[in-house]
Amino acid sequence: MRINWYRFSSPQTFYPLAGRLAPWFLGVAGLLAVVGLYISFFVAPTDFQQGEAYRIIFVHVPAAWMSMFIYLVMAGWSAVGLALNARLSFMMAQALAPTGAMFTFLALVTGSLWGKPMWGTWWVWDARLTSELILLFLYIGHMALQSAMEDTRRADRAGAMFALVSAINVPIIYFSVKWWNTLHQGASISLTKAPAMAHAMLLGMLVMALAFWAYTIGVALMRVRCVIKDREREAEWIDEAREIDEASEVEQ
Amino acid sequence: MSTTGILRTLLWRDIQLVLRRQSDVVATLFFFIVAVSLFPLGVGAEPALLRSIGPGVLWVAALLSAMLSLGRLFAADFSDGTLEQLVLAPVPLTLVVAVKIFAHWVASGLPLVMLAPLLGLQFNLEVQDLGVLAFSLLLGTPLLSLIGAIGAALTLGVRGAGVLVAILVLPLYIPVLIFGAGAVTASAAGMSPQGALSLLAALLVLGVVFAPYAAAAALRIALE
Amino acid sequence: MMQWQSLDAFLSMGGYGFYVWLSFGLTAVCMAVELVLLYARQNTLDDGEQT
Repeated sequence: MRINWYRFSSPQTFYPLAGRLAPWFLGVAGLLAVVGLYISFFVAPTDFQQGEAYRIIFVHVPAAWMSMFIYLVMAGWSAVGLALNARLSFMMAQALAPTGAMFTFLALVTGSLWGKPMWGTWWVWDARLTSELILLFLYIGHMALQSAMEDTRRADRAGAMFALVSAINVPIIYFSVKWWNTLHQGASISLTKAPAMAHAMLLGMLVMALAFWAYTIGVALMRVRCVIKDREREAEWIDEAREIDEASEVEQ
Repeated sequence: MSTTGILRTLLWRDIQLVLRRQSDVVATLFFFIVAVSLFPLGVGAEPALLRSIGPGVLWVAALLSAMLSLGRLFAADFSDGTLEQLVLAPVPLTLVVAVKIFAHWVASGLPLVMLAPLLGLQFNLEVQDLGVLAFSLLLGTPLLSLIGAIGAALTLGVRGAGVLVAILVLPLYIPVLIFGAGAVTASAAGMSPQGALSLLAALLVLGVVFAPYAAAAALRIALE
Repeated sequence: MMQWQSLDAFLSMGGYGFYVWLSFGLTAVCMAVELVLLYARQNTLDDGEQT
């Protein structure tokens, strides 16, 4: 069966498909989460140095991975949208942003919660946490830019442009922050050197990451449906307003 | 008229506008001076403390001054319609933008390069460190104008553009700040500033090559 | 595989219970809130359609 993918590049046809797919992804996310949590608490052994606190990595690291991955995907959809002038691509980017920001926020908070018992302070300016913080600024900037513009077409394209430019800058930012860290602290101190990876620990992080990933796709599909509906509504309203204007002009 | 002819005229025009509106340049400088003076008032004037925070303070203040001046980059031409003309002109918009960024840097970046070493004296920095400071700003301020141009173009004509530009552009400024201030800090600590300065130079090359194109694309989006 | 001596030991996480449970709890809460908000948004949009 040859699937005509282009059929689904129209918001109208994608809408029902997204509606059917979303629950499946959320269901898979739930299952993976159960497995991941089981591994996190009942399979992964106690760490010799960090005791039980290290278990926070099972949400901290997957959240951090997702925060970066989602930004990359956003940038990808932005590039596709700009290149092909496809509305749905822009909408997907818009749908992903809030979830990405949420994961960034979680990575920061869980990082602090891990750091406090380990290092005694609620915040440490280590390279990874600082880079996460800057990533949060980028997410917020992107969302602020999009909401500042009333013209959806301009909002889409400006947001896409910013997503692309900032995504390209992320490696540069990360590299400069690492450099900054070594300059000011001598040997690079990593806030949270994850314990030497037992297989179970790595597996736990991977499963939780996959759970977060499935969750993200499910949520993004749900949100893009809302975005599609919002814009349809807007377009109808504008059309109606135009009809009223034209009708009143004719009467004159 | 040839492309170079048009660009030269544009450059000359922009520079003349800058010379005519000297108050803009002076305002930028005054903000820089005042902002720098706030720090000793805020943290105390202990000489060793000032020497250690000096590079960072001067760089952050320069960065904020550059950012504040971004509003002027496209606004004047936007409000009188010149910008739309430039977009339609037979000259590549990328080059037009590059010229405007250069003129903007002459007005807002170059004065900072010249003034910063003087202010550095207030922070008890050594002479060779002041030299590194000036050179780092010489490499860095064009980058600030280049990156800032993208932000200014994206937010053209938007209500509340000033704050929005800051939110967009400040995270992107961070590598420039790190390497620029880092060069001076390294020099003050007796290490070589070469590493940081080379990285800064590399970023500048990247910026010169890519930023005008991105800013031009952003202008097109804003003017559609 | 049951490495926990008791429910108490499980909850206290070697003394780090506050940090561990707050981390996992906050993660769960954020995701739940996100889902709830999305459902609510979807429903208001659908209701609007009934007109």
